[in-house]
Amino acid sequence: MSNPLYILREDNVAARRIGDELMIMSARDSALFSLNETAAILWAAADGATPLADIVARDICPVFEIDADSALHDAREVAEGLAKHGILRIATQPFAAGEGHDA
Amino acid sequence: MSLMQKMGTRALELGIPLSVQLDLTYRCNERCIHCYLDHDDHGEMTTPEILGLLDQMAAAGVFFLTISGGEIFMRTDLFEIIEHARTLQFSVKLKTNAVMIRAAKARRIAALGVESVQISLYSHDAATQDAITKLPGSFKRTIEGTRFLRDAGVKVSFANVLMAQNADHYRQVQALAEDMGVGYTVDATITPMMDGDRGIVDLNMDADRLAGIMHDTSLLGDQAERLLAPPSGPTPMAEAYRTLPCSAGHTACYVSPYGDVFPCVQFPYKVGSVRESRFIDIWRDSPQLNEVRAIRVSDLQGCSSCVHGSSCTRCPGLAYLEGNMRGPSIQDCEKSFARTGVPSKNLERKRARDIPLLVLA
Repeated sequence: MSNPLYILREDNVAARRIGDELMIMSARDSALFSLNETAAILWAAADGATPLADIVARDICPVFEIDADSALHDAREVAEGLAKHGILRIATQPFAAGEGHDA
Repeated sequence: MSLMQKMGTRALELGIPLSVQLDLTYRCNERCIHCYLDHDDHGEMTTPEILGLLDQMAAAGVFFLTISGGEIFMRTDLFEIIEHARTLQFSVKLKTNAVMIRAAKARRIAALGVESVQISLYSHDAATQDAITKLPGSFKRTIEGTRFLRDAGVKVSFANVLMAQNADHYRQVQALAEDMGVGYTVDATITPMMDGDRGIVDLNMDADRLAGIMHDTSLLGDQAERLLAPPSGPTPMAEAYRTLPCSAGHTACYVSPYGDVFPCVQFPYKVGSVRESRFIDIWRDSPQLNEVRAIRVSDLQGCSSCVHGSSCTRCPGLAYLEGNMRGPSIQDCEKSFARTGVPSKNLERKRARDIPLLVLA
């Protein structure tokens, strides 16, 4: 079994829900992203303290009626994609309190 | 269609005020000869009023927040305001002359995740800059402030407003921006005072120099082909009935330091006050704002049948300041002429009959 992952929203982004889409802009390079429903759930829950597996079990599996292993695999890919764009941070330890903004 | 355009279209469909410019103060440490503002403080919003307004704007869906003035660093609560705006996850852009920015402030701006800072610079020549701003040493301080921001990792651009005094300096300012590794934008229009006084419009450069700037492809970027093309003729009527003149009042608005709301910073038609009503109520229900929103290109008197049609950059605010928000703006007619050599319908009428401008009192 792999180590638990923790995800944290980056400080240097702007975010707003426009209708049913969550729009995110990175201050690093002004790149604009539209997050799909799964990514938006991960973004909202990325407090740096809750393990990704718990977020998936709590917020994704009930919504999409998907088994936990498949959902976690997909969520990991989404989180890594967001991290590449500087929107999320990923770590194998919980982030220290005070890192990042609360949404 | 880019994601940015899609977001704008979606905001328009949903009636969301995507972009707001909030001026925190009209006070300023400079006294620029072309400035359209009255610099006295007539009762600026307090810190709690501004923080509360930011809460309301975030709830209304505002994403792009431009914080401007006057000079924003005249407000001692500026960082408290920016910090709150960033906590609310706005994309924040600052407009400043950078005179009061030193290394510590630059680092703080960077740490707050401000998207970009636009800095007013008029010339590469210190004497010209200081003569325009009427602040001795302003050139030196503005350049230093720019360096501090750049070195802190903040995205910076120069806003180069041109008038008769500095119209021949823009290439050097452009080169200075490139040397410093910052962006550059040019604005060749001096607009009337917000109270309608047109005295400063006389500072605009002459037609020949304007034409030279309008044809400089280094300023037009990927829009050169479109902007320098011959007039495409009037906007087809079917299209004119549904085409909006600009985003003012549709996905964007402006809030003054006194809490007054306008369709745009260049469109001084008051549509409400956040000191009397909630921001979202003004945005949704203001009769004045809905009047602005109802205007389509087909309603524009003298413009809907003009040869410049869809290629014109007509500003409804300038038209309003000339007396009719549904009318033409002479300054934009002159720009269309400078670009193409073809007079607009309004310019022809004005030349033929020397129609006086109706100026608001």
